[in-house]
Amino acid sequence: MPLRLLKYAISREHPAPRFFRDCVEPKKTYDVVIIGGGGHGLAAAYYLAKDYGITNVAVLEKGYIGGGNTGRNTTIIRSNYLTPEGVKFYDASVKIYEGLSEELDLNLFYSNRGHFTLAHTESAMRTMRWRAEVNKHVGVESYVVGPDEISKACPQLDISCSGQAPIIGALYHAPGSVARHDGVAWGYARGADQFGVEIFQNTEVTRIDVKGGKVCGVQTNNGYISTNKVLSAVAGFTPRITQMVDLQTPIVIHPLQACVTEPMKPWLDTILVSGSLHVYVSQSSRGELVMGSSLDPYEMHSTRSSLDFVEGLTSHITDMFPFLSNVKVVRQWAGMADLTPDFAPIMGKTPIEGFYLDAGWGTWGFKATPISGKTMAETIARDMAPDLIKSFRLSRFEDYELTGEKGAASVGH
Amino acid sequence: MKLLQCPVNGIRPLSEFSYGGEFRTMPDPDSCTDQQWAAYVHYRSGAPGYKKEWWYHMPSGTWFIAERNTITDKVSRTYLLPKMEVAV
Repeated sequence: MPLRLLKYAISREHPAPRFFRDCVEPKKTYDVVIIGGGGHGLAAAYYLAKDYGITNVAVLEKGYIGGGNTGRNTTIIRSNYLTPEGVKFYDASVKIYEGLSEELDLNLFYSNRGHFTLAHTESAMRTMRWRAEVNKHVGVESYVVGPDEISKACPQLDISCSGQAPIIGALYHAPGSVARHDGVAWGYARGADQFGVEIFQNTEVTRIDVKGGKVCGVQTNNGYISTNKVLSAVAGFTPRITQMVDLQTPIVIHPLQACVTEPMKPWLDTILVSGSLHVYVSQSSRGELVMGSSLDPYEMHSTRSSLDFVEGLTSHITDMFPFLSNVKVVRQWAGMADLTPDFAPIMGKTPIEGFYLDAGWGTWGFKATPISGKTMAETIARDMAPDLIKSFRLSRFEDYELTGEKGAASVGH
Repeated sequence: MKLLQCPVNGIRPLSEFSYGGEFRTMPDPDSCTDQQWAAYVHYRSGAPGYKKEWWYHMPSGTWFIAERNTITDKVSRTYLLPKMEVAV
């Protein structure tokens, strides 16, 4: 339990704690400017300060902290990917997450649940075996299980899926977890703030100045800031930022929708994913079922949700759990997912000196928050990307060295 | 339910259509550089705005062009591409 909570309980006074200073006006110059006050940007700020002592940093957020995809995902943390580089990267993230509540002194409700990726066809089973072997090779606990073991872990699941698509096995991933996503952003924001990083909300970047191939400043709706280093960590807004510096990327934006049911008593303690039924589901610590589906089918820069999505999702979820037909959906929303052709992120340096990219997080960004912050901080501080993220560099597309992570997308995108 | 105007079949529900991505012109593979070709294969204009896109009406097998605002999702017009342009 975070010590702070204990101190708070025995204290006589209970003032509402502020997570970070209310910065109003940016200074004229910073060593590093981070665009985007989501989990990734704030984590990068935190590790820049903590690991490298770079504290003259501004985080610019056009909305509010954690209000973008950080607060819109379905909070699943896992590392059962398909490529060795992917598995190693996400495993490093899971390891940081495990100790993150202690490190940030904030209860992130990190909850290790175990994660089943259900297979309804032989071809899906083949991918599960492949992923299990790659995971084991890298030292990640994943293995293939049969229907009996799935039933034992989740007796409520109709293994025959109402006869539509019987489950024949699953990839079980022991480290699969969930956490409170906005808490991750707040924790990193507070941590960074305590080191002296300044966080500006309602501050939108409108122009990035590049001279002689080098970044020299950013124009915001809150004044001009000179800087030689800019990190873009803006997920669904990445193409708008890269357009400002004339940088080409493969990123396209598709909305990704999710919803929650009314709260229920705890009954689902694992995380279940079905690629064939396009569903992933877990029960939050509030008792709501958090459910997501595949991406919207065409490009759109909007966070509107649709009835089509809920209709499709609920029809599939009731195949798995027929008794949920009486449970109400109480809330739905969408995020703008920045997709890459190989389902891996784009991280590191760019052809523009001092312009760093942390993007292409599609449907896999939240789980990578700590490690992306750590590795981007290293990239900025040393002006060199660490080995862990070298295969995620932007230039891989021109070199035709894509990563081939598509088979591990949680649902059939 | 969203609707889309197919240039052949008129207004139909969106579920009958499939999205084919942005309309783009292929560079000449014999004369372009490797970098230009890689850019054509992988890079996209991801920024929002009015875009000319390929759409497909599945029941009738009709490929056509839609001009759509990718922020508001409003389609301003749809039309068949003249045969000459298809030959690019």
